[in-house]
Amino acid sequence: MLHKVLVANRGEIARRIIRACRRLGVASVAVYSEADEGAPHVGEADEAMPIGPAPARQSYLSIDTIVDVARRVGADAVHPGYGFLSENWRFAQACRDAGLTFVGPSAAAIRRMGDKTEARRLMAAAGVPVLPGSDGAVSDVAEAERVSSAVGFPVLLKAAGGGGGIGMARVDGPADLPAAFATARRRAEAAFGDPALYVERYAERARHVEIQVFGDGQGNVLHLHERECSIQRRHQKLVEESPAPGLPTDTKEGLTRAAVMGARAIGYANAGTMEFLVDSEGRFWFLEMNTRLQVEHPVTEEVTGLDLVVAQLRVAAGEPLPWRQADVIQRGAALECRIYAEDSAKGFLPSPGTISTLVLPEGEGVRVECGVAAGSVVSVHYDPLLIKLVTRGATRAAAIERMESALGACVVEGVKTTIPFLRRVMAHPDFRRGAVHTQMVEQGAFNA
Amino acid sequence: MPEDIKAHITGVVFQVVAHPGDTVAEGDPVIVLESMKMEIPVEAPRAGTVKEIRVEEGRTVQEGDIVAVLE
Repeated sequence: MLHKVLVANRGEIARRIIRACRRLGVASVAVYSEADEGAPHVGEADEAMPIGPAPARQSYLSIDTIVDVARRVGADAVHPGYGFLSENWRFAQACRDAGLTFVGPSAAAIRRMGDKTEARRLMAAAGVPVLPGSDGAVSDVAEAERVSSAVGFPVLLKAAGGGGGIGMARVDGPADLPAAFATARRRAEAAFGDPALYVERYAERARHVEIQVFGDGQGNVLHLHERECSIQRRHQKLVEESPAPGLPTDTKEGLTRAAVMGARAIGYANAGTMEFLVDSEGRFWFLEMNTRLQVEHPVTEEVTGLDLVVAQLRVAAGEPLPWRQADVIQRGAALECRIYAEDSAKGFLPSPGTISTLVLPEGEGVRVECGVAAGSVVSVHYDPLLIKLVTRGATRAAAIERMESALGACVVEGVKTTIPFLRRVMAHPDFRRGAVHTQMVEQGAFNA
Repeated sequence: MPEDIKAHITGVVFQVVAHPGDTVAEGDPVIVLESMKMEIPVEAPRAGTVKEIRVEEGRTVQEGDIVAVLE
């Protein structure tokens, strides 16, 4: 087993990883920027080390600083969480070069799946369906227009250098292409240091369904069923659930088979997620692979009863996967709502500030993953995710009912949050009957 | 008559788009703020000429701070 893990993250996910370390009897080391002194994750770890100023580039994104701190404290492993350096292959490589175990896949797997055009190519070669689009990055607007006309508008321009919906732009016709191309290039350059873009056909009214996969690098790759994540704003998720309501059995089987096949094709080790779009006829296409723990991993834990973070640590330590496919059973239903410091009445504009009051819900079937406390400053420098509320139930309706109570009991004052919006989602007839698609939020389905 | 352009949100100046002397139309971005990993443009409330830019890239501004002046 590992003996000391440095947690290279902040907020709720740092606390989640520290908890898993404790469960295994492994020491944990928190890191924190100047903005996070006194943050909840700092006090919970066995040790805590400062890593620099508030801007993430100078702290949570500084590979040299984090590797150096890990060596100084005598850690033998680093868990990157999600976001920040979790999908940076150079960080995984730097950890390995420093003699540290990176809790995640190999640097090579991160690199191959991080290049989104390479990932498309690899998955297509492995027999996983991909959306029609450009063969690799497009060199200029003219080529983007040729490809778009060939596959048919609307299309999506996507960054080759990274995913998560960043730098993504929907283009409805050739006239909009030059401006959208310029903006998307600039965003891609700012976010990933690489302006390259590729083109994919846009699937209207599709659902976002993803498959949790897990490999151990010893020949075992299995899936932990699906998550439905269609309720999104700016291509980023707000509500996730498992199982995906109303997913046809053959689509589900096709998805899990494709996900395992894809992960196997690249010799994937540790936790990862294969994201797909599913249309109203049950056809599906590969979107991208996230080579890390996902924000929404708790819904999978709630329906399978398995601890993904503990498994990540075990596999990273060289143990084989503790489960066989037949052991991984989906029971009941689970939902996650992301409480962001955002004003949903103003187009989900960020709402930084100081949390004056915080009341968290509790009760049967309610799980809270929270990164803040009363008095916490919600800084402009980081992601606005404050709290994840997770509920489970014997049925989806029971999980929704618990979520409605949990959202009603959750009080966050001092910043605007997505709580009122999430309550409207839970009450919406289309959501309640599981009729969801990725454009619902932007089309105003849940507006007050 | 001069008009102040105020930040509608707290953030860090990511990009100064317009410069003194530039002509802008209503709704044109004057500066772009970065807050919580989002880029948020601060737009000209009306057409006019930029008289003054009061911030530089990397600076933190509070909601309500004057970032530029139109004339």
